[in-house]
Amino acid sequence: MRNKVLGVFIAAACFLAIAVQLPAHHGAAGYDMEKQLVMKATVTDWLWANPHCFLRYDTTDDKGEIAHWTVEVSNPVDMTKRGWSKHSLNPGDQVTVTVRPARNGAPIGQLLKVVLPNGQTLMGWTTTVR
Amino acid sequence: MLRQFVNSMIGGFAVLALCVGLRAQTAPPQQPEAAKNRKAAPAPRRDLSGIWGPEDTMEGISPRGVKTHAPFTAFGENIANNVYKPGDGPRRVPIGLVNDPLDSCDPAGFPRDLLFELRPFQVVQTSSKLLMAYQYQQVWRVIWKDGRELPKDPDSRWYGYSVGKWADDYTFVVQTVGTDERTWLDNAGDPHSGDMRVEETYHRVDHDTVELTVKIDDPKIYTEPWLARDKMRLKLLPENTEIMEMICAPTEAEEYKKSLANPLSK
Repeated sequence: MRNKVLGVFIAAACFLAIAVQLPAHHGAAGYDMEKQLVMKATVTDWLWANPHCFLRYDTTDDKGEIAHWTVEVSNPVDMTKRGWSKHSLNPGDQVTVTVRPARNGAPIGQLLKVVLPNGQTLMGWTTTVR
Repeated sequence: MLRQFVNSMIGGFAVLALCVGLRAQTAPPQQPEAAKNRKAAPAPRRDLSGIWGPEDTMEGISPRGVKTHAPFTAFGENIANNVYKPGDGPRRVPIGLVNDPLDSCDPAGFPRDLLFELRPFQVVQTSSKLLMAYQYQQVWRVIWKDGRELPKDPDSRWYGYSVGKWADDYTFVVQTVGTDERTWLDNAGDPHSGDMRVEETYHRVDHDTVELTVKIDDPKIYTEPWLARDKMRLKLLPENTEIMEMICAPTEAEEYKKSLANPLSK
């Protein structure tokens, strides 16, 4: 148990240490840096645009109701360097997303990673662009 | 108690060690030892032609603004603290309250294009001018090197009016006046006035390296001149490097505000 707690602590601390290096026009003040949500999602839209690409998806919450989320990553230039493209996601795709949610509880967040229907994982707002 | 303390210390050092390792994984790919030790070719004389990019990508992007600046005047401090609401830096506000003109796709302007999101840019050199074409916002600026003087009463321009000359065979110095005071100096909401004078120094260290220094002289806003970039290293990129499109489209910016920024601020 103690090892598990220590492991989570190490992972969270490192995530924060790396996360502060994210290039962005605006900071992450509106997002809960301590929290990550993992959701099964159905893609409804994928906008490949400046200033940030963003993904819209539907997910079913604990009560069985459908929630509509919007989550962002970086701009197309940065995302291209990370292996993304405008074709990475398509309406209807069944994916698993890991999201840093908004502090105010709105269904909005930063997309940290997505597991695509073919099993490939794309990292979103987690690593420094080089 | 002692055991808990020791475990905490071990955990702390483990975090540091792991973080250093992970940062190394996300650092730029290291050159092989032979390539690193190979001496760069000498710099060509009086030539900045080519595609240049910051050696350190994050330093080029500088999301939190300049590292330090001269103290504000009272006038400058009022703008910085009460008028500009930036999305990052020490005075950042929640995204819904940001009033950065970049959010509406206003031009980043000069010298913000050197102090924020400095990405690859191409220098084309002719007998009378240098043309600098920047990836961010896909803009270009002209630096006249035909011996003309700076205008005495310049029009206000988003990217100012620039003249430059060679201080020696490897150092090109540019003076710019006439910048539009609506632009921010950097991404942290540091202001500048329309009276600002900016000096850029491009020192070609060797064939593949330029050091960029940017000096800000704006007595209306800052109590003394100061360096916004101090020998920032630019590397020469391959000739076939693609300068990618990074354009702010008002319709896309509006969609972003509607879908993310506004709901995030409630």
